[in-house]
Amino acid sequence: MLVPLTLGDEAETLAKIGPGVLWLALALASLVTLERVFQADLQDGALDLWAQEETSISLIALTKTMAHWFISGAPLVLMSPVLGRLLGVPFEQMVPAMLAYGMGGLTFFLWGGVAAALAAGVARAGLLIALIAIPFFVPAIIFGTLSLSEGFDGSAILFLGASTLFALGVAPAAMGAALRLAAE
Amino acid sequence: MWTILANPHRFMGFSRVAIPIVIGLGVLLSGWSLYQGLWVVPPVPNQGGDIARAMFIHVPSAWLCMGLYGGLAVSSFVWFIWRHELADVAARAIAPIGAGYTALCFATGAIWGEPTWGKAWRNVILYDSRLMSVLVLLFLFIGYMALRAALDTRQKGARAGAILAMVGLINLPIIKFSVDLWKESTIHQPSSVIRFGEAAAESSGIHPVFLVPLLIGFLGQILLSSGLIMLLMRAEIFGQQADALIARRLNEA
Repeated sequence: MLVPLTLGDEAETLAKIGPGVLWLALALASLVTLERVFQADLQDGALDLWAQEETSISLIALTKTMAHWFISGAPLVLMSPVLGRLLGVPFEQMVPAMLAYGMGGLTFFLWGGVAAALAAGVARAGLLIALIAIPFFVPAIIFGTLSLSEGFDGSAILFLGASTLFALGVAPAAMGAALRLAAE
Repeated sequence: MWTILANPHRFMGFSRVAIPIVIGLGVLLSGWSLYQGLWVVPPVPNQGGDIARAMFIHVPSAWLCMGLYGGLAVSSFVWFIWRHELADVAARAIAPIGAGYTALCFATGAIWGEPTWGKAWRNVILYDSRLMSVLVLLFLFIGYMALRAALDTRQKGARAGAILAMVGLINLPIIKFSVDLWKESTIHQPSSVIRFGEAAAESSGIHPVFLVPLLIGFLGQILLSSGLIMLLMRAEIFGQQADALIARRLNEA
Protein backbone atom coordinates (compact mmCIF):
# COMPACT_ATOMS: atom_id res chain seq x y z
CA MET A 1 0.00 0.00 0.00
CA LEU A 2 2.96 2.27 0.51
CA VAL A 3 4.13 1.52 -3.00
CA PRO A 4 1.85 3.99 -4.84
CA LEU A 5 2.81 6.60 -2.27
CA THR A 6 6.53 6.16 -2.80
CA LEU A 7 6.61 5.56 -6.52
CA GLY A 8 3.94 7.96 -7.69
CA ASP A 9 0.58 7.20 -9.20
CA GLU A 10 1.37 6.74 -12.87
CA ALA A 11 -0.83 3.82 -13.78
CA GLU A 12 1.54 2.33 -16.31
CA THR A 13 4.55 2.27 -14.03
CA LEU A 14 2.55 0.75 -11.20
CA ALA A 15 0.99 -1.93 -13.37
CA LYS A 16 4.43 -2.83 -14.65
CA ILE A 17 6.17 -3.15 -11.31
CA GLY A 18 3.14 -4.33 -9.33
CA PRO A 19 3.70 -8.10 -9.68
CA GLY A 20 7.38 -7.67 -8.83
CA VAL A 21 6.58 -5.64 -5.75
CA LEU A 22 4.27 -8.42 -4.57
CA TRP A 23 7.15 -10.92 -4.86
CA LEU A 24 9.23 -8.63 -2.70
CA ALA A 25 6.39 -8.38 -0.19
CA LEU A 26 6.15 -12.17 -0.06
CA ALA A 27 9.90 -12.54 0.53
CA LEU A 28 9.77 -9.89 3.26
CA ALA A 29 6.75 -11.55 4.86
CA SER A 30 8.80 -14.70 5.29
CA LEU A 31 11.99 -12.96 6.40
CA VAL A 32 10.51 -10.76 9.14
CA THR A 33 8.67 -13.61 10.82
CA LEU A 34 11.32 -16.31 10.53
CA GLU A 35 13.43 -15.36 13.50
CA ARG A 36 10.98 -16.60 16.10
CA VAL A 37 9.79 -19.72 14.30
CA PHE A 38 12.22 -22.15 15.88
CA GLN A 39 13.84 -19.89 18.47
CA ALA A 40 10.69 -19.83 20.61
CA ASP A 41 10.60 -23.64 20.62
CA LEU A 42 14.22 -23.79 21.66
CA GLN A 43 13.66 -21.38 24.52
CA ASP A 44 10.55 -23.01 25.98
CA GLY A 45 12.01 -26.49 25.68
CA ALA A 46 9.63 -27.82 23.03
CA LEU A 47 12.58 -28.60 20.82
CA ASP A 48 14.09 -30.95 23.41
CA LEU A 49 10.80 -32.83 23.60
CA TRP A 50 10.66 -33.15 19.81
CA ALA A 51 14.17 -34.51 19.77
CA GLN A 52 13.06 -37.32 22.10
CA GLU A 53 9.89 -38.06 20.13
CA GLU A 54 9.74 -41.02 17.84
CA THR A 55 8.26 -38.85 15.12
CA SER A 56 10.91 -37.61 12.75
CA ILE A 57 12.02 -34.11 13.63
CA SER A 58 12.12 -33.28 9.92
CA LEU A 59 8.40 -34.02 9.69
CA ILE A 60 7.69 -31.75 12.67
CA ALA A 61 9.78 -29.01 11.08
CA LEU A 62 7.95 -29.41 7.77
CA THR A 63 4.57 -29.22 9.53
CA LYS A 64 5.66 -26.12 11.37
CA THR A 65 6.89 -24.48 8.18
CA MET A 66 3.59 -25.26 6.47
CA ALA A 67 1.65 -23.74 9.38
CA HIS A 68 3.91 -20.71 9.28
CA TRP A 69 3.31 -20.46 5.55
CA PHE A 70 -0.49 -20.60 5.96
CA ILE A 71 -0.43 -17.86 8.59
CA SER A 72 2.16 -15.44 7.20
CA GLY A 73 2.35 -16.16 3.49
CA ALA A 74 -0.95 -17.54 2.25
CA PRO A 75 -3.03 -14.48 3.25
CA LEU A 76 -0.82 -12.35 1.05
CA VAL A 77 -1.35 -14.75 -1.84
CA LEU A 78 -5.13 -14.72 -1.29
CA MET A 79 -5.07 -10.93 -1.16
CA SER A 80 -2.84 -10.62 -4.22
CA PRO A 81 -5.70 -10.04 -6.73
CA VAL A 82 -6.96 -7.19 -4.54
CA LEU A 83 -3.48 -5.78 -3.95
CA GLY A 84 -2.76 -6.14 -7.65
CA ARG A 85 -5.95 -4.25 -8.42
CA LEU A 86 -4.76 -1.51 -6.10
CA LEU A 87 -1.54 -1.30 -8.12
CA GLY A 88 -3.45 -1.30 -11.39
CA VAL A 89 -2.56 -4.81 -12.51
CA PRO A 90 -5.49 -6.33 -14.45
CA PHE A 91 -7.59 -8.68 -12.34
CA GLU A 92 -7.50 -11.41 -14.99
CA GLN A 93 -3.72 -11.40 -14.87
CA MET A 94 -3.53 -11.65 -11.11
CA VAL A 95 -5.85 -14.59 -10.51
CA PRO A 96 -3.73 -17.16 -12.41
CA ALA A 97 -0.61 -15.54 -10.95
CA MET A 98 -1.79 -16.69 -7.52
CA LEU A 99 -0.52 -20.17 -8.39
CA ALA A 100 2.97 -18.79 -8.98
CA TYR A 101 2.81 -16.72 -5.79
CA GLY A 102 1.67 -19.78 -3.89
CA MET A 103 4.49 -22.03 -5.05
CA GLY A 104 7.18 -19.35 -4.90
CA GLY A 105 6.10 -18.25 -1.44
CA LEU A 106 6.22 -21.82 -0.15
CA THR A 107 9.80 -22.07 -1.47
CA PHE A 108 10.74 -18.89 0.41
CA PHE A 109 9.35 -20.26 3.63
CA LEU A 110 11.07 -23.63 3.21
CA TRP A 111 14.55 -22.23 2.59
CA GLY A 112 13.91 -19.52 5.16
CA GLY A 113 13.01 -22.28 7.58
CA VAL A 114 16.41 -23.91 6.98
CA ALA A 115 18.14 -20.61 7.74
CA ALA A 116 15.98 -20.09 10.83
CA ALA A 117 16.70 -23.62 12.08
CA LEU A 118 20.45 -23.13 11.59
CA ALA A 119 20.35 -19.85 13.48
CA ALA A 120 17.88 -21.03 16.16
CA GLY A 121 20.49 -20.77 18.90
CA VAL A 122 21.57 -17.26 17.97
CA ALA A 123 20.06 -14.25 19.72
CA ARG A 124 18.72 -11.48 17.44
CA ALA A 125 19.39 -13.55 14.36
CA GLY A 126 17.17 -11.61 11.94
CA LEU A 127 19.94 -10.23 9.79
CA LEU A 128 21.89 -13.50 9.85
CA ILE A 129 18.81 -15.42 8.67
CA ALA A 130 18.27 -12.96 5.84
CA LEU A 131 21.92 -13.24 4.80
CA ILE A 132 21.76 -17.03 4.72
CA ALA A 133 18.35 -17.28 3.07
CA ILE A 134 18.58 -14.67 0.32
CA PRO A 135 20.85 -16.67 -2.05
CA PHE A 136 18.35 -19.52 -1.84
CA PHE A 137 15.47 -17.18 -2.72
CA VAL A 138 17.07 -16.32 -6.05
CA PRO A 139 15.71 -19.21 -8.19
CA ALA A 140 12.14 -18.88 -6.91
CA ILE A 141 12.14 -15.11 -7.48
CA ILE A 142 13.52 -15.45 -11.00
CA PHE A 143 11.28 -18.33 -12.07
CA GLY A 144 8.34 -16.59 -10.41
CA THR A 145 8.72 -13.21 -12.10
CA LEU A 146 9.46 -14.89 -15.43
CA SER A 147 6.34 -17.02 -15.17
CA LEU A 148 4.27 -13.87 -14.57
CA SER A 149 5.73 -12.04 -17.54
CA GLU A 150 5.71 -14.88 -20.03
CA GLY A 151 2.39 -16.27 -18.85
CA PHE A 152 1.54 -19.86 -18.23
CA ASP A 153 2.48 -21.13 -21.65
CA GLY A 154 6.18 -20.66 -20.96
CA SER A 155 8.47 -23.04 -19.17
CA ALA A 156 9.23 -20.80 -16.18
CA ILE A 157 6.14 -21.91 -14.26
CA LEU A 158 7.26 -25.52 -14.62
CA PHE A 159 10.73 -24.65 -13.35
CA LEU A 160 9.12 -22.82 -10.45
CA GLY A 161 7.14 -25.93 -9.62
CA ALA A 162 10.27 -28.05 -9.88
CA SER A 163 12.24 -25.78 -7.56
CA THR A 164 9.37 -25.86 -5.05
CA LEU A 165 9.33 -29.66 -5.13
CA PHE A 166 13.11 -29.71 -4.74
CA ALA A 167 12.84 -27.45 -1.70
CA LEU A 168 10.10 -29.70 -0.31
CA GLY A 169 12.46 -32.65 -0.61
CA VAL A 170 15.69 -31.13 0.67
CA ALA A 171 14.67 -28.44 3.16
CA PRO A 172 12.94 -30.69 5.74
CA ALA A 173 16.01 -32.92 6.01
CA ALA A 174 18.28 -29.91 6.46
CA MET A 175 15.90 -28.38 9.01
CA GLY A 176 15.80 -31.65 10.90
CA ALA A 177 19.60 -31.86 11.05
CA ALA A 178 19.87 -28.23 12.11
CA LEU A 179 17.21 -28.57 14.81
CA ARG A 180 18.77 -31.71 16.28
CA LEU A 181 21.95 -29.67 16.55
CA ALA A 182 20.13 -26.75 18.21
CA ALA A 183 18.46 -29.09 20.69
CA GLU A 184 21.80 -30.33 22.05
CA MET B 1 48.38 -40.66 -0.37
CA TRP B 2 46.28 -37.79 0.93
CA THR B 3 44.90 -39.85 3.80
CA ILE B 4 48.39 -39.78 5.29
CA LEU B 5 48.01 -36.07 5.82
CA ALA B 6 44.67 -36.53 7.56
CA ASN B 7 46.63 -37.13 10.75
CA PRO B 8 46.94 -33.68 12.37
CA HIS B 9 50.51 -34.32 13.56
CA ARG B 10 51.66 -35.36 10.12
CA PHE B 11 49.78 -32.40 8.68
CA MET B 12 51.60 -30.02 11.00
CA GLY B 13 54.95 -31.50 10.04
CA PHE B 14 54.16 -31.45 6.34
CA SER B 15 52.67 -27.97 6.26
CA ARG B 16 55.63 -26.48 8.14
CA VAL B 17 57.88 -27.44 5.28
CA ALA B 18 55.33 -27.05 2.51
CA ILE B 19 53.88 -23.61 3.28
CA PRO B 20 56.99 -21.51 2.51
CA ILE B 21 57.63 -23.51 -0.67
CA VAL B 22 54.04 -23.41 -1.87
CA ILE B 23 53.48 -19.74 -1.09
CA GLY B 24 56.88 -18.80 -2.51
CA LEU B 25 56.23 -20.68 -5.74
CA GLY B 26 52.73 -19.24 -5.91
CA VAL B 27 53.94 -15.66 -5.52
CA LEU B 28 56.69 -16.29 -8.06
CA LEU B 29 54.42 -17.82 -10.70
CA SER B 30 51.53 -15.39 -10.30
CA GLY B 31 54.01 -12.52 -10.15
CA TRP B 32 55.59 -13.67 -13.42
CA SER B 33 52.14 -14.02 -14.97
CA LEU B 34 51.18 -10.52 -13.82
CA TYR B 35 54.43 -9.10 -15.17
CA GLN B 36 53.80 -10.80 -18.49
CA GLY B 37 50.18 -9.72 -18.49
CA LEU B 38 50.76 -6.10 -17.53
CA TRP B 39 53.95 -5.27 -19.41
CA VAL B 40 55.01 -7.90 -21.90
CA VAL B 41 51.82 -9.09 -23.60
CA PRO B 42 50.78 -6.76 -26.45
CA PRO B 43 47.45 -4.94 -26.07
CA VAL B 44 44.66 -6.23 -28.29
CA PRO B 45 42.85 -3.40 -30.08
CA ASN B 46 39.59 -5.23 -30.72
CA GLN B 47 39.37 -6.39 -27.10
CA GLY B 48 39.38 -2.93 -25.59
CA GLY B 49 43.15 -2.49 -25.40
CA ASP B 50 44.82 -2.36 -22.02
CA ILE B 51 41.71 -3.18 -20.00
CA ALA B 52 41.85 -6.76 -21.29
CA ARG B 53 44.88 -7.21 -19.05
CA ALA B 54 42.35 -7.59 -16.22
CA MET B 55 42.01 -11.12 -17.59
CA PHE B 56 45.16 -12.21 -15.74
CA ILE B 57 43.41 -11.57 -12.40
CA HIS B 58 39.80 -12.10 -13.37
CA VAL B 59 39.99 -15.52 -15.00
CA PRO B 60 42.10 -17.32 -12.35
CA SER B 61 39.99 -15.86 -9.54
CA ALA B 62 36.79 -16.90 -11.33
CA TRP B 63 38.02 -20.49 -11.61
CA LEU B 64 39.32 -20.49 -8.07
CA CYS B 65 36.22 -19.11 -6.37
CA MET B 66 34.12 -21.92 -7.80
CA GLY B 67 36.77 -24.50 -6.98
CA LEU B 68 37.08 -23.19 -3.44
CA TYR B 69 33.34 -23.41 -2.83
CA GLY B 70 33.56 -27.00 -4.01
CA GLY B 71 36.44 -27.53 -1.59
CA LEU B 72 34.43 -25.99 1.22
CA ALA B 73 31.48 -28.28 0.54
CA VAL B 74 33.65 -31.40 0.21
CA SER B 75 35.46 -30.64 3.48
CA SER B 76 32.12 -30.04 5.17
CA PHE B 77 30.81 -33.33 3.83
CA VAL B 78 33.87 -35.26 5.00
CA TRP B 79 33.59 -33.69 8.42
CA PHE B 80 29.84 -34.28 8.63
CA ILE B 81 30.11 -37.98 7.74
CA TRP B 82 33.40 -39.05 9.32
CA ARG B 83 33.77 -36.31 11.94
CA HIS B 84 37.34 -35.77 10.90
CA GLU B 85 38.51 -32.68 12.76
CA LEU B 86 41.05 -31.64 10.16
CA ALA B 87 38.32 -31.44 7.52
CA ASP B 88 36.47 -28.90 9.63
CA VAL B 89 39.64 -26.92 10.18
CA ALA B 90 40.08 -26.91 6.41
CA ALA B 91 36.50 -25.79 5.76
CA ARG B 92 36.90 -22.97 8.23
CA ALA B 93 40.14 -21.88 6.55
CA ILE B 94 38.78 -22.10 3.00
CA ALA B 95 35.83 -19.76 3.63
CA PRO B 96 37.65 -16.40 3.95
CA ILE B 97 40.06 -17.23 1.11
CA GLY B 98 37.16 -18.25 -1.09
CA ALA B 99 35.22 -15.11 -0.22
CA GLY B 100 38.30 -13.06 -1.10
CA TYR B 101 38.68 -14.65 -4.53
CA THR B 102 34.94 -14.32 -5.17
CA ALA B 103 35.07 -10.61 -4.33
CA LEU B 104 38.14 -10.23 -6.53
CA CYS B 105 36.44 -11.97 -9.45
CA PHE B 106 33.33 -9.83 -9.02
CA ALA B 107 35.25 -6.56 -8.75
CA THR B 108 37.56 -7.19 -11.71
CA GLY B 109 34.61 -8.42 -13.77
CA ALA B 110 32.66 -5.25 -13.08
CA ILE B 111 35.66 -2.98 -13.71
CA TRP B 112 36.50 -4.84 -16.90
CA GLY B 113 32.92 -4.91 -18.10
CA GLU B 114 32.16 -1.21 -17.85
CA PRO B 115 34.38 0.13 -20.65
CA THR B 116 34.44 -3.08 -22.68
CA TRP B 117 30.70 -3.65 -22.89
CA GLY B 118 30.02 0.07 -22.96
CA LYS B 119 27.43 -0.10 -20.21
CA ALA B 120 26.95 1.90 -17.07
CA TRP B 121 28.55 0.31 -14.05
CA ARG B 122 25.34 -0.64 -12.27
CA ASN B 123 24.08 -2.24 -15.48
CA VAL B 124 27.21 -4.33 -15.71
CA ILE B 125 26.69 -5.65 -12.19
CA LEU B 126 22.96 -6.18 -12.25
CA TYR B 127 22.32 -7.12 -15.85
CA ASP B 128 24.89 -9.77 -16.53
CA SER B 129 24.01 -13.26 -15.43
CA ARG B 130 27.58 -14.42 -14.89
CA LEU B 131 28.38 -11.57 -12.51
CA MET B 132 25.07 -12.11 -10.75
CA SER B 133 25.97 -15.75 -10.09
CA VAL B 134 29.30 -14.66 -8.66
CA LEU B 135 27.51 -12.20 -6.40
CA VAL B 136 25.25 -14.99 -5.13
CA LEU B 137 28.34 -17.12 -4.50
CA LEU B 138 29.82 -14.26 -2.48
CA PHE B 139 26.66 -14.18 -0.37
CA LEU B 140 26.94 -17.92 0.25
CA PHE B 141 30.52 -17.55 1.47
CA ILE B 142 29.66 -14.57 3.70
CA GLY B 143 26.59 -16.32 5.07
CA TYR B 144 28.71 -19.36 5.93
CA MET B 145 31.26 -17.25 7.80
CA ALA B 146 28.58 -15.20 9.57
CA LEU B 147 26.76 -18.34 10.72
CA ARG B 148 29.95 -19.88 12.12
CA ALA B 149 30.86 -16.67 13.87
CA ALA B 150 27.39 -16.33 15.41
CA LEU B 151 27.19 -19.75 17.08
CA ASP B 152 28.69 -19.89 20.51
CA THR B 153 30.68 -23.14 20.45
CA ARG B 154 33.10 -24.40 17.83
CA GLN B 155 31.34 -27.73 17.55
CA LYS B 156 27.95 -26.14 16.89
CA GLY B 157 29.45 -23.74 14.39
CA ALA B 158 31.09 -26.62 12.57
CA ARG B 159 27.89 -28.64 12.30
CA ALA B 160 25.67 -25.73 11.28
CA GLY B 161 28.28 -24.57 8.79
CA ALA B 162 28.57 -28.05 7.29
CA ILE B 163 24.79 -28.30 6.82
CA LEU B 164 24.72 -24.87 5.18
CA ALA B 165 27.67 -25.61 2.89
CA MET B 166 26.12 -28.87 1.68
CA VAL B 167 22.66 -27.37 1.14
CA GLY B 168 24.37 -24.53 -0.70
CA LEU B 169 26.27 -26.90 -2.96
CA ILE B 170 23.19 -28.80 -4.14
CA ASN B 171 21.42 -25.49 -4.73
CA LEU B 172 24.24 -23.90 -6.64
CA PRO B 173 23.39 -25.50 -10.02
CA ILE B 174 19.76 -24.42 -9.64
CA ILE B 175 20.74 -20.86 -8.75
CA LYS B 176 23.14 -20.78 -11.68
CA PHE B 177 20.52 -22.15 -14.03
CA SER B 178 17.86 -19.71 -12.88
CA VAL B 179 20.18 -16.74 -13.25
CA ASP B 180 21.07 -17.92 -16.77
CA LEU B 181 17.39 -18.20 -17.61
CA TRP B 182 16.79 -14.71 -16.26
CA LYS B 183 19.24 -13.12 -18.66
CA GLU B 184 19.48 -15.52 -21.54
CA SER B 185 21.63 -13.21 -23.59
CA THR B 186 24.64 -12.60 -21.40
CA ILE B 187 27.17 -10.24 -22.88
CA HIS B 188 29.88 -12.24 -21.19
CA GLN B 189 31.82 -14.20 -23.77
CA PRO B 190 31.54 -17.99 -23.72
CA SER B 191 34.39 -20.07 -22.40
CA SER B 192 37.40 -19.53 -24.62
CA VAL B 193 40.09 -21.49 -22.82
CA ILE B 194 38.42 -24.87 -22.71
CA ARG B 195 36.47 -25.67 -25.85
CA PHE B 196 34.84 -28.84 -27.02
CA GLY B 197 33.51 -30.14 -30.30
CA GLU B 198 32.61 -27.62 -32.95
CA ALA B 199 33.77 -24.59 -31.05
CA ALA B 200 37.22 -26.13 -30.76
CA ALA B 201 37.30 -26.80 -34.49
CA GLU B 202 36.12 -23.32 -35.40
CA SER B 203 38.80 -21.34 -33.67
CA SER B 204 41.94 -22.14 -31.81
CA GLY B 205 40.83 -20.22 -28.70
CA ILE B 206 43.34 -17.93 -27.09
CA HIS B 207 46.70 -17.25 -28.65
CA PRO B 208 49.56 -18.92 -26.72
CA VAL B 209 51.05 -15.49 -25.98
CA PHE B 210 48.10 -14.94 -23.66
CA LEU B 211 47.29 -18.52 -22.76
CA VAL B 212 50.67 -19.45 -21.30
CA PRO B 213 50.87 -16.55 -18.80
CA LEU B 214 47.21 -17.11 -17.97
CA LEU B 215 47.64 -20.79 -17.15
CA ILE B 216 50.88 -20.14 -15.27
CA GLY B 217 49.06 -17.43 -13.33
CA PHE B 218 46.24 -19.84 -12.56
CA LEU B 219 48.74 -22.41 -11.29
CA GLY B 220 50.38 -19.69 -9.20
CA GLN B 221 47.05 -18.65 -7.70
CA ILE B 222 46.21 -22.28 -6.90
CA LEU B 223 49.52 -22.65 -5.06
CA LEU B 224 49.12 -19.29 -3.34
CA SER B 225 45.58 -20.00 -2.16
CA SER B 226 46.38 -23.50 -0.95
CA GLY B 227 49.42 -22.14 0.88
CA LEU B 228 47.27 -19.48 2.54
CA ILE B 229 44.65 -22.08 3.45
CA MET B 230 47.30 -24.28 5.07
CA LEU B 231 48.59 -21.22 6.93
CA LEU B 232 45.11 -20.48 8.30
CA MET B 233 44.68 -24.16 9.19
CA ARG B 234 47.93 -24.10 11.15
CA ALA B 235 46.85 -20.95 12.94
CA GLU B 236 43.56 -22.62 13.83
CA ILE B 237 45.28 -25.77 15.13
CA PHE B 238 47.71 -23.69 17.17
CA GLY B 239 44.76 -21.74 18.53
CA GLN B 240 43.08 -24.97 19.61
CA GLN B 241 46.27 -26.24 21.21
CA ALA B 242 46.62 -22.98 23.09
CA ASP B 243 43.03 -23.25 24.31
CA ALA B 244 43.66 -26.81 25.49
CA LEU B 245 46.84 -25.69 27.25
CA ILE B 246 45.05 -22.85 29.03
CA ALA B 247 42.28 -25.23 30.10
CA ARG B 248 44.85 -27.69 31.47
CA ARG B 249 46.74 -24.99 33.39
CA LEU B 250 43.49 -23.73 34.87
CA ASN B 251 42.66 -27.25 36.01
CA GLU B 252 46.02 -27.66 37.67
CA ALA B 253 45.84 -24.34 39.45
